Amino acid sequence: MALLEVRDLEVEFAMRGARLKALRGVSFDLDAGDRLGIVGESGAGKSMAAYAILNLISEPGRISAGSIAFDGRVLNTLPAEEMRKVRGDRIAMIFQDPMMTLNPVLTVGAQMVECLKTHRTISDGEARALSVQKLREVAIPSPDARFDSYPHELSGGLRQRVVIAIALLLDPAVIIADEPTTALDVTIQAEIMGLMLDLCETRGVSLILITHDIAVVSETTQRMLVMYAGRVVEQGETRGIIARPSHPYTRGLLQALPQRNKPGAELNQIPGSMPTLAELPPGCAFHPRCAYADDTCSGGVPALRTLGKRLVACHHAERLK
Amino acid sequence: METLAFLIRRVGQAVMVMLIISLIGFSIQDNLGDPLRELVGQSVSEAEREALRDRMGLNDPFFVQYARFLGNAVQGDLGTSYFFKKPALEVILRKFPATFELVLAATLIIVLVSVPAGIFCAIKPKHIGARLIMGLSIVGISIPVFLTAIFSIYLFSIELGWMPSFGRGDVVELGWWNTGFLTGDGLEHLVLPAFALSSIMLPLFIRLIRGEMMEVMRTEYVRFAQAKGLHPRRVLFVHALRNTLLPVITVGGVQIGTLIAYTILTETVFQWPGMGFLFLEAVNRVDTPLIIAYIIIVGLIFVITNTIVDLIYTYVNPMVRISGVKG
Amino acid sequence: MSTLQRVWDSNFAYQFRRDPVAICSALVLLAFVLAALLAPWIAPQNPYDPLQLDLMNSKEPPAFGGQGNPDFPLGTDDQGRDLLSAILYGTGISLLIGIFAVMLQAVIGVSIGLVAGYMGGRVDSFFMRLADIQLSLSTLMVAIIALAVFQAAFGPQRYEDLAIFMLIVVIGIAEWPQYARTVRASVLAEREKEYVDAARVIGLSRARIMFRHILPNALTPILVISTVQVANAIVSEAALSFLGLGMPVTTPSLGSLIRSGFEFIFSGQWWITTFPSVVLIVLILAFNLLGDWLRDALNPKLYKET
Repeated sequence: MALLEVRDLEVEFAMRGARLKALRGVSFDLDAGDRLGIVGESGAGKSMAAYAILNLISEPGRISAGSIAFDGRVLNTLPAEEMRKVRGDRIAMIFQDPMMTLNPVLTVGAQMVECLKTHRTISDGEARALSVQKLREVAIPSPDARFDSYPHELSGGLRQRVVIAIALLLDPAVIIADEPTTALDVTIQAEIMGLMLDLCETRGVSLILITHDIAVVSETTQRMLVMYAGRVVEQGETRGIIARPSHPYTRGLLQALPQRNKPGAELNQIPGSMPTLAELPPGCAFHPRCAYADDTCSGGVPALRTLGKRLVACHHAERLK
Repeated sequence: METLAFLIRRVGQAVMVMLIISLIGFSIQDNLGDPLRELVGQSVSEAEREALRDRMGLNDPFFVQYARFLGNAVQGDLGTSYFFKKPALEVILRKFPATFELVLAATLIIVLVSVPAGIFCAIKPKHIGARLIMGLSIVGISIPVFLTAIFSIYLFSIELGWMPSFGRGDVVELGWWNTGFLTGDGLEHLVLPAFALSSIMLPLFIRLIRGEMMEVMRTEYVRFAQAKGLHPRRVLFVHALRNTLLPVITVGGVQIGTLIAYTILTETVFQWPGMGFLFLEAVNRVDTPLIIAYIIIVGLIFVITNTIVDLIYTYVNPMVRISGVKG
Repeated sequence: MSTLQRVWDSNFAYQFRRDPVAICSALVLLAFVLAALLAPWIAPQNPYDPLQLDLMNSKEPPAFGGQGNPDFPLGTDDQGRDLLSAILYGTGISLLIGIFAVMLQAVIGVSIGLVAGYMGGRVDSFFMRLADIQLSLSTLMVAIIALAVFQAAFGPQRYEDLAIFMLIVVIGIAEWPQYARTVRASVLAEREKEYVDAARVIGLSRARIMFRHILPNALTPILVISTVQVANAIVSEAALSFLGLGMPVTTPSLGSLIRSGFEFIFSGQWWITTFPSVVLIVLILAFNLLGDWLRDALNPKLYKET
């Protein structure tokens, strides 16, 4: 049995009388020490999946179907108090923008210590020592002084290191990182990503990496999910998918990468943009932007089916092979 | 060191505002009051009057007179009330405890009710109680303070006879201070005026706190706090509430002036023997020194409370502590 | 398609038609404005004409109670003035002061806001600092002190003649920062946009850019705050009149009617204060509700929590 098993997860939002499905039938497994990538444009439902795992979907949204099993327990039916004990302790999360993630009116130290004290019985002195040690592990210079700093006194890179330190504080089994480097300067993105991957690797922490950047996923994960408009469109081993994508959308994402294009040539962007949940086209949600689309595509939603060693949701997956 | 620099700048600002207010006060005296009229009757001849004017310095240049006014004011001499024949400052300060206790009671009501009610409406927006509070609050905002005062007298004093309708009741003298907090009668007299004084601010603050709280609850740092597995109470009171209170404190500072203005209305309706009631009497009697003394004392109260609000804000918001030095 | 049809079909009108609170508020306001305009024709009495007042009729209770005089449906005040007539005329005075004071606020505030926003720099920070101080002193406080001083200076007799102008001027001047801030914010947002650059490039003057190009875009927020500002101005007027610093009882506004009736509620003549108070509250509530609705309807970014 895998460490984390997500089955047929659906998230629904009640908006002005209508019910919009932000997530439809997402399933995946995550083994201990594994790294899973979730890729897609913004609005595809990637972050929704992360929040759903932690049962943090807020009104008017809710998990409407499916199950999330972690370490043999079903999380989505756990009493609120039990679920709270899992968050931060067994499953931690790293958010996108470190400028917004840390509370501006509390010191770095206070935001670390409160986490320790919530989940463990620990003295103030021990909590401080442990927090400073974690700050040191994420390579923050003079961690003792930084412990008493306020977030606005730190640079973006340092803040994201603090957030990583908080995520690692209680040695969780899983870390969910939602676009952990997107908001940072390009120059330090690689550094922070490397740090995070190193720390997860040495501690045997499983990682779910959520990003719009398929290149990052291809370099760092063993398995991956490609999402579009709330659905998984392709899923399997990263290496295989990157080498030979079976879904036109995955292929589009790969072709849009600058390193896949010849210098001076125009980038191969996917035309158009992702539809909002309220105005999904009939059939395959991707068909208006797809070069392979025909009448079958607008006629019915393609099921996620097995194709070789992977899953793909496309009527014409064979034509891409 | 940072706090000191901030304090110095803040005190500098306060002194500027007080100078402007004293200038206004002085111009009023210059244009309104004829000290001679009060000192001597009609029987004195024009030549004698002129001699007297000279002796009193009333023919000196404007700024010489203003400097003298300011010098006296700093020493606590704001002239003598025409009506009471006593130093104006003494007359005003005698009424200060009554107004202070009324404002204190109203502020307590506002804080103790608006914070819990605002939080409740923010975290349970669909609850029937929250909808009721929000609906009532727009009605509450639309009823002027003096009408709340009048109708609470009509209902609770005249019709039901539960509450005294005017005055302060029994007070206890404590040195130069007198308090109504220590007697049952004094407290009973305080209830309606304090309620009336808080009646517009209360819904205003409930709506403000609700709006700010809802915004804060949607922020990333609140989500992150939840994702850390913190107890919901801690997320609410440590992470969300402090950030909610920052703009509320700012608005509170802006509303101090309005609250003082409302004391004039409330005190008039309840014949509450405070400074506002005294001020209106002084206006009707054209008691210029008393009018000026009131303006200056109110200016001083305003400046002091604003400085305190600023200090509280700085204490709650670490970002200002730093930018206070840079800026 | 006619203009009327287009207005009817617009999203704005659609939202209005769907909101009973907005419709009711608008109807109530319309009724008040009509009643005030038509007062000379529909009021049973001219409350300003001392010859029509008879002290014999003073403090008559409302007619519907069964004991009153049917000539005075809402009763009379202590001088024998018909309350219904006084309220009709008084509503007019309250509305007049409220609307003119807000127009004055808008003219001063919009000009300062445009200049501050467009010039920026020191001009901007000077005016905004001034606005901060003015706002924190509070309109009512400034107005009370200003009017108290005027009254002391002019003497009560001359003051009564000037009261209506003084009220408009004082309330008008005291509240300019609301407009200045709103307009300044719009200007700052608009200034960065391309069309303003384009206008500058083709050599239009600053004043022309401000009034012809930037101001129209600031009209929506101006409209939104104006509704609430009229309500505030009417409240301020009523409060000042209640304190005896506003309209005299010979040409009463709603506030002065409430003042004149206040001393009689202790002796059981509740109606003199109550009826003008109810009218005042309904008037303010209608303005506030309409203002709330306008803010939600014209600001698509702030969806109403439903």
